[in-house]
Amino acid sequence: MAYLLKDVSILGGSPTDLAIVDGVIAGDAPEGAEVIDATGLVALPGLVDVHTHLREPGREDAETVETGSRAAALGGYTAVCAMANTSPVADTAGVVEQVWRLGREAGLVDVQPIGAVTIGLAGKQLAELGAMASSAANVRIFSDDGFCVADPRLMRRALEYVKAFDGVIAQHAEEPRLTEGAQMHEGEVSTRLGLTGWPAVAEEAIIARDVLLAEHVGSRLHVCHVSTAGSVEVLRQAKARGVRVTAEVTPHHLLLTDELAAGYDPVFKVNPPLRTRSDVEALRQALLDGVIDVVATDHAPHAVQDKECEWAYARPGMLGLETALPIVLSVFGEKWDLIADRMSIAPARIAGLTGHGGDLSAGTPANLTLVDPSARRVVDPAELASRSRNTPYAGMTLPGRIVATFLRGEATVLDGKAVK
Amino acid sequence: MIKHLRSAADLDAATATLILDTAAEMAALSGREVKKLPALRGRTVVNLFYEDSTRTRISFEAAAKRLSADVINFSAKGSSVSKGESLKDTALTLQAMGADAVVIRHSASGAPHRLAGWVDGSVVNAGDGTHEHPTQALLDAYTMRSRLGRLDGLRVAIVGDVLHSRVARSNVLLLTTLGAQVTVVGPPTLIPLDVAAALSSRTRVSYDLDAVLPDSDVVMMLRVQTERMQDSYFPSAREYSRRYGLDMPRMKKLPEHAIVMHPGPMNRGMEIAPEVADSPRSTIVEQVANGVSVRMAVLYLLLGGK
Repeated sequence: MAYLLKDVSILGGSPTDLAIVDGVIAGDAPEGAEVIDATGLVALPGLVDVHTHLREPGREDAETVETGSRAAALGGYTAVCAMANTSPVADTAGVVEQVWRLGREAGLVDVQPIGAVTIGLAGKQLAELGAMASSAANVRIFSDDGFCVADPRLMRRALEYVKAFDGVIAQHAEEPRLTEGAQMHEGEVSTRLGLTGWPAVAEEAIIARDVLLAEHVGSRLHVCHVSTAGSVEVLRQAKARGVRVTAEVTPHHLLLTDELAAGYDPVFKVNPPLRTRSDVEALRQALLDGVIDVVATDHAPHAVQDKECEWAYARPGMLGLETALPIVLSVFGEKWDLIADRMSIAPARIAGLTGHGGDLSAGTPANLTLVDPSARRVVDPAELASRSRNTPYAGMTLPGRIVATFLRGEATVLDGKAVK
Repeated sequence: MIKHLRSAADLDAATATLILDTAAEMAALSGREVKKLPALRGRTVVNLFYEDSTRTRISFEAAAKRLSADVINFSAKGSSVSKGESLKDTALTLQAMGADAVVIRHSASGAPHRLAGWVDGSVVNAGDGTHEHPTQALLDAYTMRSRLGRLDGLRVAIVGDVLHSRVARSNVLLLTTLGAQVTVVGPPTLIPLDVAAALSSRTRVSYDLDAVLPDSDVVMMLRVQTERMQDSYFPSAREYSRRYGLDMPRMKKLPEHAIVMHPGPMNRGMEIAPEVADSPRSTIVEQVANGVSVRMAVLYLLLGGK
C-alpha cells in the first residue's frame, strides 16, 4: 500500500508532499498511491510511550492489549511500552513474550513489554532479567512500576546487572515507609480533606539516592512519572554532573493539581498524586529545558467499580493515551520540534526502539501521525477506545485531533478512526 | 437552607447561627413531659453506620424520633455491606426506599460527598474518616455559647491529635466562621503542616500547652489513641500525658471562667485526668445532651420541617 500525503506540514514546516511506499518514507509516490489531502495537517514521527498499562494478562475487564493498542493508535502512538504489573506479573520470558505476541496480533502499535525488576514486584529477589532480554520480546526496560525498588542494595544490583545487555531500570520513586496509607499529595488540601498525605520528599529522597547509585556503578537510570519541583532540582544537578539519568513526566502532572481532590472523586486519584500549581510550573519548565526528557502517559485503565467508590478504596491511575498529545498542545502550544522530541524521538531512544522516533526523511520507517492542530474536541469518556472510562479530562475542550497514524506504512488510523 | 451537611465549611455564619438558635428551641422541648414534635412526620431518616459509634447513632436516632420521623438503622454489621456491597449500591437501595435524609458514619474520608452524588435526599455527615464531624462541632459551639454566652472573640484551644481528628477539623472551621480565635495544640507530629492555610487563617499553632492555657476561654481535649505511639507520633503514653494531658495543676492555669470539653470517648489518665473530667468546669455530659438538640435542629432545617 502506498500513500501520498498532499500539502502536509512536517513538524510545522511549509506544506509539502510526503510519500509512503512499502513501509518507508519515499521520495516519490507511485501511480495509484492513495492520496490524502493533508492541508493544514502536521506530520509528527509516531509517538512513543515508555509507560503504558495494558492490563493483559489479568485485568482484561479494564483493558486488553488490543483495546489499549487501539487507544494508542488513536492518540497518535506507533509504539508503547507495556508495564509489568499484570497478573501474572511480567517477570518471566514467558509472560513478556505473551504480551509481545498479543501486540503483534493486534497490529495497531508496536507493543514493547517492560519486564519486572523483581519476582512478583515483591522487591526481594531479581527476576530473570537476562532471560527476558534474550526472549523474543527483546526487553530493555525493567520496572517494578506501582512499587518502588526500595531496597538500596537490590537497586544497586539491578542497575549493575542490566549493563550486560544495555538495559535500563525505570524506577517508580516512592519511599514506601513515607507513604504508608497515602491517598493524595501532602499539603493544604490533604489537611483540609482529611486524607493521608503522600509527601513530595518520598519521591525526591529515592531519586536522590538512585542518581547517586547510578553514578557510583556507571549505569543508566530512568525515573518514572516525576511529579515534584524538588525532584526536578535533584535531576537537574545529577544531569549537570553527567549522571546517565533520564526522566518522564505525565500529561496529568503537567496540567492538573491536588485541588481536584476536593470533591473526593477518585477519577483524580493517581500515583504519584496530583501536586500543587508550583510543581506543575516546575515540571513544565523542566520539560522545556530537557531536565525531564519525555512525556509518558502512565495510561492506567481501571474498571468502573474500582473508581465508583470511596476515595480511599479506589485504585490509583488515569487514562492517558488518547488525550496525551492534546494536553501537551494545550500546555505548550504548537512547539512541534519539542513535541516530536519529548513524545517520540527521546522515548524511542530510551526504550531502544530503532525504527521509531525518526526524522521522516526518505528511507526511514514510515511510523508517523498526522495532527489537525486547529480542531477542538470535547473529551467524552464514552467515545474513548479504551475499555475503561477513567479519564480526568471529561468535559474539557482540548486542541488537536489525530487524523491519521501509520505503522510501518500501514494506516492504523484514518479520518480519526481506527482502521481495525 | 443548604441541602447537605458534609462539612462545617458548608455553613456560613448565618446558617450556623440559625442551627444553634433552632437547637435552643429544641432544647426547651426536652424539658416537657411529651418530648415529641410532629415536624418530620412521614419523613424517613436512615442512619447508615459503617463504623460502630453507639453514642452518635443513638443521638441521631433520638433526634429524628423526637421530630416524629421514621428511622431506619442500617449498620454495616448484619447487612449486605458485610457481604461486600459497594457504597454506591447501598446508596441506590436507600434511594429506592425513599430516604429523605441519610446520616452517614464511615471510616473513609469523603464518603458523604460520594453518597450525596448518588441519592436525592439530604446527606448528613456523622463522621467520615479523619475528615470531619460537623454535628459534633455544632454541639460543641452550642455548649460554648450556652456556658459562656458568646462565640465571637472566644479563645479556644484544641489539644491533641489534630492530624487524625475529624472533630478538630470541623471545630476549627465552624468556630472561626463564628468569630472565635482557635489555637491548635499538640506535639508537632500530630499537627498538620499547613493547618492554618488549609482550614482558616484565624488558626494558630502551639506546641506548648502550658503557655496557651492562661489565655483560653475553652480548652477542648481530643481523644488520643495509644496506638499512635507505635507509629512514633510520640514516645509513650506517659510522655504524652505529661506534656499534653490536662491534669489538675494545668487546669488551675486556666482563667476562672474557662470550661473544659471533650468529644468522648475519653482516655481517662491519658489526655485528661479523671478529676478534671468530673470537675464543674467540665461540660462533657452537657455536650451529650446538647448533641440531641443540635441534631434535631440540623434534621429539621435540612428537611424543611414545619
